Amino acid sequence: MPALLEVENLRKVYRAPGGKRGAHELVAVDLLSFQVQAGGSVAIVGESGSGKTTTARLIAGLESPTSGVIRVDGEARKPLPWPRGERAQLARQVQMVYQDPFTSLDPSQTIQACLDEVLRCHFTQDRKERGSRISELLGQCGLDDRHRHRRPRSLSGGERQRAAIARALAAGPQVLILDEAVSALDVSIQAQILNLLASLRDALGLTYVFISHDLGVVRQVSDECIVMHRGAAVESGVTENILSAPRAAYTRQLLDAIPRPGWAPKRRAADPASL
Amino acid sequence: MNTPAPSRPDGTAPEPPLLDLGGLRVELKIGGLWRTVVQGVSLSLEAAQAVGIVGESGSGKSVTVRSIARLLPRGARVGGEVRFGGEPIWAMSRARLRRFRARDLGIVYQDPRAHVNEMHTIGDFLAEGIRDQPAGERRERSIAALQMTGIHDADRRLMQYPHQLSGGLLQRVMIAAAILPGPRLLLADEPTTALDVTTQSEVMAILGEQRHARRLAMVFITHDLDLAAAVTDTIAVMYAGTIVETGPSATMHERARHPYTAGLLAARPQPTRVASLYTIPGRPIAAYESGPGCVFASRCAYAQPRCLEARPTPRQLGDHLVSCHRAEELQGALHQALERA
Amino acid sequence: MALTARLPPAPALLRAEEPRVKADMIAVAAGCVCVALLIVAIFAPLLAPFRPDTINAAAINQGPSAAHLLGTDSLGRDILSRALYGARLSLLGPALVTVLSTTLGTALAIAGTWVGGAFDRVAARFMDILFAFPGLLFAVLAVVAFGAGLVAPVLALSVAYTPYIARVIRAAAVHERQLPYLETCQILGYSSWRTAGYHLLRNVRLLIVAQATLAFGYSLLDLAGLSFIGLGVQPPAAEWGLMVSEGDSSLLNGYPYESLAAGAAIVITVVAFNVLGERLTAQSLSRQ
Repeated sequence: MPALLEVENLRKVYRAPGGKRGAHELVAVDLLSFQVQAGGSVAIVGESGSGKTTTARLIAGLESPTSGVIRVDGEARKPLPWPRGERAQLARQVQMVYQDPFTSLDPSQTIQACLDEVLRCHFTQDRKERGSRISELLGQCGLDDRHRHRRPRSLSGGERQRAAIARALAAGPQVLILDEAVSALDVSIQAQILNLLASLRDALGLTYVFISHDLGVVRQVSDECIVMHRGAAVESGVTENILSAPRAAYTRQLLDAIPRPGWAPKRRAADPASL
Repeated sequence: MNTPAPSRPDGTAPEPPLLDLGGLRVELKIGGLWRTVVQGVSLSLEAAQAVGIVGESGSGKSVTVRSIARLLPRGARVGGEVRFGGEPIWAMSRARLRRFRARDLGIVYQDPRAHVNEMHTIGDFLAEGIRDQPAGERRERSIAALQMTGIHDADRRLMQYPHQLSGGLLQRVMIAAAILPGPRLLLADEPTTALDVTTQSEVMAILGEQRHARRLAMVFITHDLDLAAAVTDTIAVMYAGTIVETGPSATMHERARHPYTAGLLAARPQPTRVASLYTIPGRPIAAYESGPGCVFASRCAYAQPRCLEARPTPRQLGDHLVSCHRAEELQGALHQALERA
Repeated sequence: MALTARLPPAPALLRAEEPRVKADMIAVAAGCVCVALLIVAIFAPLLAPFRPDTINAAAINQGPSAAHLLGTDSLGRDILSRALYGARLSLLGPALVTVLSTTLGTALAIAGTWVGGAFDRVAARFMDILFAFPGLLFAVLAVVAFGAGLVAPVLALSVAYTPYIARVIRAAAVHERQLPYLETCQILGYSSWRTAGYHLLRNVRLLIVAQATLAFGYSLLDLAGLSFIGLGVQPPAAEWGLMVSEGDSSLLNGYPYESLAAGAAIVITVVAFNVLGERLTAQSLSRQ
């Protein structure tokens, strides 16, 4: 079965002007390749500077790759800005949920208006149909009528993130990118949202690309994972296998650094380059 | 933790704890209204001890720690006692307060970039904290402090500006700066939350070393129970502006006595296995949103009518101090739930 | 799992409704004055006891009396009526300047922020050139070129005020631009027009209103000043700047009523609009 999302030899290089000897180059993503089946969930794990966020932005189309291809449902993805005729179709392929729900929602819009706008721009439904679709979306994300007419600032962090998820779902995407979508939430709320995401995936057959630095979260939500370090994938495969029996030294380093009962913090082996 | 220190054999009065919070209550003006954010926090700390304050949003943990340094917004209403070595902090004169903050207290914040002057070099920044030392010594001591935090080319770093350092490096500089004047108490407000997990491990290792070398007491705020358990001696769990449980760090993960603590432990995702995560229904509330009964009653799976009516007082249960009406009854149930978690 | 046993009914999970931020009383007072002035301008014919151009040779330069509450001017016209009718022309000019400069300034700011690149740079340079000209100078040049009246100064001042408004709006727009919600609009497939013209604009609208209010006050002063030196509205029209000028001969003769009344009207209006504008600006910036 062909994969729903295919990334082939993705490469992104940033050029910074200046420096003593001409342009400076930063390779944010270096020849990354992976595939995700429909309904699957892949996690991209890494620390800061690993290239995971850049990868997410490339898949979403916010930036264009220096080289390499991204294919959704067999079609190559285009970077923004999208041509007018194709906007709706491209939006319906990939959507994204950000880390901070407060700044990723329009502060001047009520949730109702926000969801209504998505529906109006992508589907031809009359007002009544939109209204019931909004109710459906809210219900799926654990919100109800009380939240409908509120603006983001009168919602709690968890509620905002649910609204952000509802908005992403309103466009009817095939692939949902979650860029550290639970990192900014309290522990107890994080658990709620993770459970929500798992149940949505089951119910709607969504495909997830989950960006995270938290291996515990990664374990909960993904079937497969890719560990990235400085732009390159150091290990990839079934999440369970990677986290229980990592082969790459970096993965082991990551796992060792996670606080858990019996754990004690340790200094890294002296690595002047990392200082 | 709140039991009085044993009296000395020669009969003199016991030394007061290094830090003593008694029924701390803080009201802040939020949105034009006075709101209670901390209600009745009691804690004491001896020299070289570390306590971790664990809580979610609205728990009041940051405000509690800022009350120790008297860094609350102007006009904040503070009740209860906050004492350092027996001396009430809120009664200190401005001069004494300045000396207290400069010499006895060190603070490390979550975001180093927000707490450093971008126009000053690292060297200037470090030297500022030890201005009372002779000039020649200041540079040497700064270099020594940086080296102790694992920065090898300290000479070069002294001349650099904050924007030239990465987040992890800058946080190490902040720790060096906080410890350099030789404080007796370190307040660390989520110092590693913004760092990568590998950097976090290193920074906490360095902090631990320094603490033991200098017999430095620490109040460590975090939302990560496991991290707190690893780097502190005691953990105090805060919810809605009050401490719901206090106990030794080493065993908290298996012997939590309060339903909230147990809920937090059960809610954290583990890399070792997949499980449908236990979710505490609702959302964390702030002190002013809590009712007359137990602050956690509205979200507690074990709540009974009396939990909504009367606020439980902290009770000793084994080596834990718990604020729960049903603490004794629930011991078994919580233990089982945690084993399965 | 034991912890899920017997969940009590969840309470209202919603954060308590945020209490309304206490209304800024000074802003409200200023706002009321502004509204009152607009009412006066619109309903002047109903409020004024006399017509503004009714000459009464028998009642020249009279002080305040029962018949003429603010006295009469050197041609026997009722000052109160002229002041009330004067509100029309005195406020019309600034209203036009405000609308034109705000629209142009906002459009340039938002377009510049959104499109960026060469367009933004060229627009910025153009604004810099405009900054070099004092508004009043521009207006005087326009009058010299196109004749006195309301039209030339209004157009000139609109152009002169545009960069000031554009600069402030642009700063706010740049701040908003980096927030993820605008990126999300793009991922959702919204056009640039919708993203910049609806989402971005809505989030700086409070600042736009604030800047417009300030522009109103300043342009009133500039236009009154032009009328004062004879380059704006021409006699026998009732306009406050003109009244201050016409009253100066009476002033020298010991009858300050016309100049005072018109001057007071200008001061009250400008202060009210400025205070309102500043308060609104502060509010919008504190919300960022």
